[in-house]
Amino acid sequence: MRYAMAVDTKKCVGCGDCVVACQTENNVPHGYCRDWIVENVAGTYPKLEIELRSERCNHCENAPCVRCCPTGASHIVDGGIVLVTHDECIGCGACIESCPYDARYPHPEGYVDKCTFCVHRVKDGENPACVDVCPTSCLHFGDLDDPNSDVSKVLKNRKWKVLAPEAGTNPQLYFLT
Amino acid sequence: MKEELFVSGRNIPNIDPYLHLWHWEIPLYLFLGGLAAGILFFAGYFYIMHKEKEMKATIQWAPMLVPFLLVIGLGALFLDLKHQLYFWRLYTTIRIESPMSWGAWVLMAVTPLSIVWAATYIKDLFPKWKWPFKWLDTFEAFAKKYRKAMAWIMMMLSVILGVYTGILLSAFNARPLWNTSILGPLFLVSGFSTGLAAIIWMSKSKYERKVLTRIDLIFIFVELFFIIHMMMGLQAGSQAAIEASQLFLGGEFTVTFWVFVVLLGLAFPATLEIFELRGYHVPGWLPSFLILMGGLVFRFVILEAGQLTRYLY
Repeated sequence: MRYAMAVDTKKCVGCGDCVVACQTENNVPHGYCRDWIVENVAGTYPKLEIELRSERCNHCENAPCVRCCPTGASHIVDGGIVLVTHDECIGCGACIESCPYDARYPHPEGYVDKCTFCVHRVKDGENPACVDVCPTSCLHFGDLDDPNSDVSKVLKNRKWKVLAPEAGTNPQLYFLT
Repeated sequence: MKEELFVSGRNIPNIDPYLHLWHWEIPLYLFLGGLAAGILFFAGYFYIMHKEKEMKATIQWAPMLVPFLLVIGLGALFLDLKHQLYFWRLYTTIRIESPMSWGAWVLMAVTPLSIVWAATYIKDLFPKWKWPFKWLDTFEAFAKKYRKAMAWIMMMLSVILGVYTGILLSAFNARPLWNTSILGPLFLVSGFSTGLAAIIWMSKSKYERKVLTRIDLIFIFVELFFIIHMMMGLQAGSQAAIEASQLFLGGEFTVTFWVFVVLLGLAFPATLEIFELRGYHVPGWLPSFLILMGGLVFRFVILEAGQLTRYLY
């Protein structure tokens, strides 16, 4: 089993619904968030092109945050989801310094927090909260080992990229272009 | 057509400013750890070489400082933690992949060892010293018998401690400035050089100062070579690495690095040491002070600059 997410940059309108859904679903403290929107504009006026990306933890296969963690609080569970055990985390910040995607942040209570791919929903066969609320259905989630899953199909039929592949992290957040 | 690219990036007021996570605590600790490693290494080495009489500052006086240096360093590390009540989790597991984990364990071994080493010499240095409990006398007598074994272990652990202060940073994939394998040897050499400088400062024997100054000069030249090597390596690297090196080659850390670290912290004290060896009169504390200052600034600069570097996407 290998969970992954694909973000359709052609369909995303940057509404931020995924951000709010995550905050509500996961009780993210006020003013913090586990996913966010990045807007890239390229070209010379008037020929401009815009790319909107809903970003979050890349749940890397070769995760530098897990490697650097001195206590084993950062770990990978079945399906390749990267998680943090709060009461094993000492808040040293090694994982934050080692993440090429800035996907982690220090929670006001001291431990380090990040996207969990809504593991509590996924294990019951549901989608992560951000995927379910997206009004343009631009988020695709599923098991890459299952050729019939939503994410497998969309990655087979569309062009895609990942962020900073040169970091060697083998990220599992794909961007359809 | 010239392409223009705008990136809005991300601006989460409660998160982004705090991802520049490490402040004075970490470079201070890296400095003290390297300094302690340097002192312990040479204390062990010259003890094994039977120089106990000639090199009193190296083997006896300077190691008195080490427990204090390490405790202050550990205190700084503790202050840096955000989830402090759980710090003991470091010692419920050993993770070979994480330099921070085995560094924590090495500190756990080095700190008590340095305390025992200092304790076996305390009566030589302070003849009026009396232990408050009798079992401490027994323990001291016992430890004195094993000084040679302690010296060997100290030498090995201090090399690991010195390298670890650099590898701690070079393990971080996301910071191109740190993510270079030269950082381990560079921090080791720099730490040993600051250790030697501290011992030279404390030493009153002409012979001892001469021996240590000669060794220190070698370390300073190796360190200068490593620094140039690091810059060349980054310049020959990917765009992310080139941009990292440009922080020191025209960017915001250029003056701090080349003036305070390379010139005042390495080249100038090395020149003073050469003059001293040639028989000129040089104020004894000056080269040592400059080397220690250079070592401290070096760690602050590398830490601050490293946190500004990142992958480009």
